[in-house]
Amino acid sequence: MDFINQNLPYILAGISVGGQYALIAIGYTMVYGILRLINFAHGDLFMAAGLIMIYLTASLPLYIAIPLDLIIIAVLGFLIERVAYKPLRNAPRMSIMISAIGVSYLLQNVALYVTGGLAKTYPTIPWISNSVTIFGATTKVVTLVTPVLTLILVVALVLLINNTKIGMAMRAVSRDFETSQLMGIKINTVISVTFIIGSLLAAVGSMLYFTNYTAVTPISGSMPGLKCFVAAVFGGIGSIPGAVIGAFLIGICENIIKGLGWTTFSDAFTFALLIVILIAKPTGLFGEKSTDKV
Amino acid sequence: MADTLLKLEDVTVQFGGVLAVDNFSMEVNEGEIVALIGPNGAGKTTAFNCITGIYEPTNGQISFNGQVIASNYPQGKMKKMYASQNMGKYTKVVKHTPDIITRMGIARTFQNIRLWNSMTVFDNVLTAKHMRAKHNVFSATFRISHVEEKRMREETLNLLEEQNLVQYKDDLATSLPYGLQRRLEIARALATEPRLLLLDEPAAGMNPQETQELADFIVQIKEKYDLTVFLIEHHMDLVMKISERIYVLDFGRLIATGTPAEIQRNQRVIDAYLGVAEDA
Amino acid sequence: MIKNKKNTILGFCALAALFLVLFVLEKLLPTGSMLFVVLKKGAIYALVAASMNLLNGFTGLFSLGQAGFMLIGAYCYAIFTIPVQHRDAVYQYFDGGLIQFTVPVVVALIMAGLAAAIFAALIGLPVLRLKSDYLAIATLGFAEIIRAIFQWDALGPLTNASNVLRRYPLFSSTLFPFIVAGICIAIIVLLINSSYGRAFKAIRDDEVAAEAMGINLFKHKQMAFVISSFFAGVGGALLAMYQTTIQANAFKSAMTYEILLIVVIGGIGSISGSCIASFLFIACSEWWLRFLDAETYIGAFKVPLLRSGFRKVVFSIVIMAVVLFYSKGLMGDKEISFQGISGFIKDPFGLVSRRKKKTEGVHIDG
Repeated sequence: MDFINQNLPYILAGISVGGQYALIAIGYTMVYGILRLINFAHGDLFMAAGLIMIYLTASLPLYIAIPLDLIIIAVLGFLIERVAYKPLRNAPRMSIMISAIGVSYLLQNVALYVTGGLAKTYPTIPWISNSVTIFGATTKVVTLVTPVLTLILVVALVLLINNTKIGMAMRAVSRDFETSQLMGIKINTVISVTFIIGSLLAAVGSMLYFTNYTAVTPISGSMPGLKCFVAAVFGGIGSIPGAVIGAFLIGICENIIKGLGWTTFSDAFTFALLIVILIAKPTGLFGEKSTDKV
Repeated sequence: MADTLLKLEDVTVQFGGVLAVDNFSMEVNEGEIVALIGPNGAGKTTAFNCITGIYEPTNGQISFNGQVIASNYPQGKMKKMYASQNMGKYTKVVKHTPDIITRMGIARTFQNIRLWNSMTVFDNVLTAKHMRAKHNVFSATFRISHVEEKRMREETLNLLEEQNLVQYKDDLATSLPYGLQRRLEIARALATEPRLLLLDEPAAGMNPQETQELADFIVQIKEKYDLTVFLIEHHMDLVMKISERIYVLDFGRLIATGTPAEIQRNQRVIDAYLGVAEDA
Repeated sequence: MIKNKKNTILGFCALAALFLVLFVLEKLLPTGSMLFVVLKKGAIYALVAASMNLLNGFTGLFSLGQAGFMLIGAYCYAIFTIPVQHRDAVYQYFDGGLIQFTVPVVVALIMAGLAAAIFAALIGLPVLRLKSDYLAIATLGFAEIIRAIFQWDALGPLTNASNVLRRYPLFSSTLFPFIVAGICIAIIVLLINSSYGRAFKAIRDDEVAAEAMGINLFKHKQMAFVISSFFAGVGGALLAMYQTTIQANAFKSAMTYEILLIVVIGGIGSISGSCIASFLFIACSEWWLRFLDAETYIGAFKVPLLRSGFRKVVFSIVIMAVVLFYSKGLMGDKEISFQGISGFIKDPFGLVSRRKKKTEGVHIDG
């Protein structure tokens, strides 16, 4: 009990960060499931969502800024796919991954240019920035809101994938790209929708994340981005529940490690976990095994 | 009676619940040309992949030149799922990666040609000589083993000359016409200095004229390099013409074996190919 | 064979001329000239890019661990060369550090490479079983882990934790990085053109076929990985010398990405491409595009957009354009050769030869 009392703030923070990671990880896992691409730019899109929000709230009220931010990020995600990934659809996998790295580099440099390299402070979103005290630990409302909101969004997404026509198309494309194309599925639409959903979730994630960690810099997206990818791999890439579970696990572990005073290793731990998983069970917790035909 | 070179005993390969190869036993003797035939999906290539170490058998044993090169029995999850016979007969596990098996003297070609696309015809064959070369990474990098390199290049040139591929030696492998690509694959396999050559549908996609040439070619290299040949083929004229014995697989099971003449008269084989007995 | 020898001699002459020009330039130009910054850093990046190309371009292993291996090399070099009398000042929080001896610079460079190579050999065992993007993310992960370990307080007596290492011997002449990088790249080229290099390419083109032709996949992948890491380690040591101080936090994955972009711009599978691209990349980012960062007035008119950071934006757009529209890069998988250069001078854009090929084709058909 003592242990829990001492570590409660860290566990709470872990659950909260985990939920935020989950929202980003879903973007990775969906894109990977369909295109077999590690979308390196996804983390930077998350950063961009934070920055754009800062600039929007400077001149617009929140109730306009929030939806506008979501729309801009969705459009940005859509454009990135159309401009940087679509032309390379038949190129080797390495090229499209390099293109993703290029987009990430571009987004970071644009952010650097716009901000002048200074950290910007994220606006305070009322209510979720308020402090609450639970079990003697003080935290922001966002900590409690995040897991709930994450679960609602995930359930909605799973329903969408299982019960709608576009969801069915997504499942088909992730199973077999070429056959789906032959069966008349408009894969470009499916891929665009996937990117838009992923981007929207990342934008929501950024609102929650930056309410907690208010400094936004051009590279604030890269480390969370990588961690979320790890979460997606951990859960078995392509599987949405897997990504969510992986994200919560990584969020909690990371914060407990911080709580133990090993802050230097909180990032390294994530990667150590990744390597262990890749070696022990390369397809992750919920991934499916695939074999090459000779 | 010549010595047995390759021996499969009760080889079973099961993928999940599917028996791809079911309790298959066979032998290839030194100096023979043996064919493995059967309808599509009969498990022929799977059997090949077991021999060359790409897959491992679920149960059974494979030996080459008296030495066990693969052996396995159902374990773990497979114990419950195993659907074939001879469970418990084998208790050894022997596994080798394909490169070890090639080193022992088994070379192969692939059903869907797998040449190294970015390399020239010459380099494709030369690279296959890498395994047998006497050098290490230092002596090769700093040209201490340049004599060895020179020998490899000369042998490669000889091999290409014999296969009538020498005029294409500086062309990209992929730029060759299909028939020549198949021949290059055989040349590349020969460069590994095998005793047993496995050919996976060498005549696929060839016209009768080319098939005829290929038949002569196989017999010719067999004599020249003192080879034993084991092939999978659908072109019956080729199979009947060159092979001394034939094994017939259907749904993973051996349904007939014998000389070409015997196989041609075998009712089960005819049924399997025409699908009379069970499907009707 | 005779042609080959002629080429070798020509190559040596060209190299000798290059060194002579460098030598003369150093005497003539002021030492602060941007040209030397570009040449020094360019040579170092050329080495690292070539080592990455050996792995990614020639063996087909998509590894993103380069920054980690450079870090190991840089630290190994610095740790073993900081003069004993300066150690108290450098390791001020760790009582002068653990190691109280130094080794000569050349020995330290080789040790830097070996340290990176040994680490690569250790992680190669688990990592190299992974396929394409999983390998990429795992090597990236290892690089991050290395970065964290080198900043760990417990290792402070050795690595100075998160404080900088400094006061180790530097190079004074541009010739030094050129000679070291030149020797290393020459070895990489020799390796690529050897039997082992062909085996690497076979693995890249078709693993299954390579294994079926008797090439031990793991052994050869491990070899490429270890050798590539060795040279990345040496490159890291040179970078340490160039930068005068080092700190683990600088070796982020962004550094690996930069090197990867150099490899792509130069052409995956072309060492000469990597070399040219690294000089171009460094020249653009450090020198030629500098004007984009400065606020410029033409008369009273302020040129829009130009201010700090714009250079990098333009630069990344150019890189995206290369990746999207010239996916083969500058050189594709070709290497620079004298025939190539003389051919280019005679027929710059292949117009003549294209026409010639056409007529030849007609001839054959007829």
